[in-house]
Amino acid sequence: MQIEKIPLADWINSLVDRLSHFAGFFNSITNFFQTIINAFQAVFDVLPEWLFIILILGLTYWAKRDSKKWGLLIFELFGLLLIWNLDYWRDMTQTLTLVLTSGLITVVLGVPLGILMAKSRITDQIVKPILDLMQTMPAFVYLIPAVAFFGIGMVPGVLASVIFAMPPTVRMTNLGIRQVPADLIEAADAYGATSWQKLLKVQLPLAKSTLMAGINQSLMLSLSMVVIASMIGALGLGTQVYFAVGRNDAGAGFTAGIAVVILAIILDRITQAFNSKRH
Amino acid sequence: MTVKVEVRNLTKIFGKRISKATDLLAQGVSKEEILEKTGATIGVNKASFSINAGEIFVIMGLSGSGKSTLIRLINRLIEPTEGEVLIDDLNLTALDKKSLRNVRRKKLGMVFQNFALFPHKTILQNAAFGLEIQGDSQDTRSKKAHNALELVGLHGYDDQYPDQLSGGMQQRVGLARALASDAEVLLMDEAFSALDPLNRKAMQDQLLELQNKMHKTIIFISHDLNESLRIGDRILIMRNGSIVQIGEPEEILTAPANEYVERFIEDVDRTKVLTVNSVMTEATTININKSGPRVALRRMQENSISSIYVVDDDDRFVGFADADDVATLIRQGSKDLKSILKTEVPLTTPDTPVQDLIDKISNTPIPFAVLDNEQHLLGIILRGSVLSAIAGNEVTA
Ligand SMILES: Nc1ncnc2c1ncn2[C@@H]1O[C@H](COP(=O)(O)OP(=O)(O)O)[C@@H](O)[C@H]1O
Ligand SMILES: [Mg+2]
Repeated sequence: MQIEKIPLADWINSLVDRLSHFAGFFNSITNFFQTIINAFQAVFDVLPEWLFIILILGLTYWAKRDSKKWGLLIFELFGLLLIWNLDYWRDMTQTLTLVLTSGLITVVLGVPLGILMAKSRITDQIVKPILDLMQTMPAFVYLIPAVAFFGIGMVPGVLASVIFAMPPTVRMTNLGIRQVPADLIEAADAYGATSWQKLLKVQLPLAKSTLMAGINQSLMLSLSMVVIASMIGALGLGTQVYFAVGRNDAGAGFTAGIAVVILAIILDRITQAFNSKRH
Repeated sequence: MTVKVEVRNLTKIFGKRISKATDLLAQGVSKEEILEKTGATIGVNKASFSINAGEIFVIMGLSGSGKSTLIRLINRLIEPTEGEVLIDDLNLTALDKKSLRNVRRKKLGMVFQNFALFPHKTILQNAAFGLEIQGDSQDTRSKKAHNALELVGLHGYDDQYPDQLSGGMQQRVGLARALASDAEVLLMDEAFSALDPLNRKAMQDQLLELQNKMHKTIIFISHDLNESLRIGDRILIMRNGSIVQIGEPEEILTAPANEYVERFIEDVDRTKVLTVNSVMTEATTININKSGPRVALRRMQENSISSIYVVDDDDRFVGFADADDVATLIRQGSKDLKSILKTEVPLTTPDTPVQDLIDKISNTPIPFAVLDNEQHLLGIILRGSVLSAIAGNEVTA
């Protein structure tokens, strides 16, 4: 006896077909994201390299004003100068644009979703498997529909990054809020706090460092997506790596890769510095 | 006396099969058995009592007896399974969420065993929390919170954070948080239990001192009898979710309702609580206007005592006669008891703490006479009865 193959692939294809009737909807999403991307890129294109470097150093200095910082400042200075020298500057800013845009979207969507999960058991149970799916589904798979709906370019790249990178932010927001000690919630209730007051005055401030750790992880994950994103036309350091692979040019591949690493370390340390507690 | 908080038939059952548990409870099945049969836990079982305005009402019981549940039923942090809570005749159990929040904001303050201070807020911001929730302006709440902190004796810590303060100081902040919003009723769940003995004593003193000024209605949970006796105007004793006894400290000590309460009071330092009233015994007296030396001597011989108190027609204290003096008087053929009466006897009043007498009582051979305001002789204090009262035995004589 032969069992018919379940036509799962056909179903998904017809779903994708049907969704493409909503081209107008996807176009407006594309335009909206493109606007954010353009805004970031415009700022980076206007800034002269030296000013950008000074701003990064200044930001680091301020973020780590209470802790050891000189090692990082020196690393940042030489790292950025190296990227400039290797002529990867514009690629680096494009990658930064991709990471910041997907980071922004991740926070705007992920934090409220995490809060919702912390407050409602049903949401928690529905969203958890979806998050697992988002993180484990091979990225190539959703590149296909992403191109179908959003075309080629930065926007599908950003969306692919968001899908891959958002789960830690959602999870850590959820975790951070759940970890707030029950007696503090009880104290807030005993003094007549509303749900919003509890969230804004107690839960979010206390979840802040866990939440920031989630955002930091999300940024790192979206950086790890830059090569894949470059396959659907997202420009940046990923494109350089991708080309180097195509040309079998190990040297170019490594130098672009090193630029990614430098950017990653800078982003990581600065977001961590914002997270470190002080009083 | 006005009733501030009234609790009627308040019951809380935790768990799933609540209606089954309720039925069993009504049949008088025990807490353990109900847990075994239904998986439901009896938190509080049909508690009814009322608390007067300005009273410190202590709820006492072993761990797990339902104290925390009971106090949380009062501000509905835990929803009752049955029963009602009234504050100023307002039925809290019937309120919707918004009105309940309003009552919590305006009338109720809570102090927690582990302080429950917000680690991300400064001391001032912590004390101001209730006011912040009420939506007071920054200025008002800083001022009120600052005053509340001064009131509990915390000067100059406004801008520090809770983890920079010792436990005792943190709990002062917890108390200030409750006082800052002018709550009329303070709910204190083992508020001092996490403190070391010295700090605890200091906080008790401070609470009593504040209470003298502010006359709040305080519901105070404790598992420490000495603490309860020290600060409580009345004490409620719980066991397995049920009320075992409610009474003034002295009542609890002198007339424990059952063995459970007796075991509770076994090792209390009684001298601090007991007053002369509960350790005095009936005096053997003679009436000076009716009896002479012979009656006095016979009365002493009958009771095997060596001295006797002398009163007038209204039982007012007149003096004290020694057996030897009376015998001499008889030998001289005189009937004038007055001539040998001693008046320099140790005197005390019924509401004097026994503690105040302990030192003196061992130095005076004559028993203390207990007089009321009109000099009526109410009784006497024998050395033996003081000792046995301290040891926890009933005073019978
Ligand atoms: N949320 C809860 N769920 C189930 N059982 C509870 C809950 N809270 C308290 N209990 C049970 O209710 C009883 C009374 O607890 P509690 O009021 O905390 O006692 P106490 O404060 O006197 O130590 C205990 O048997 C406890 O296990
Ligand atoms: Mg308790």
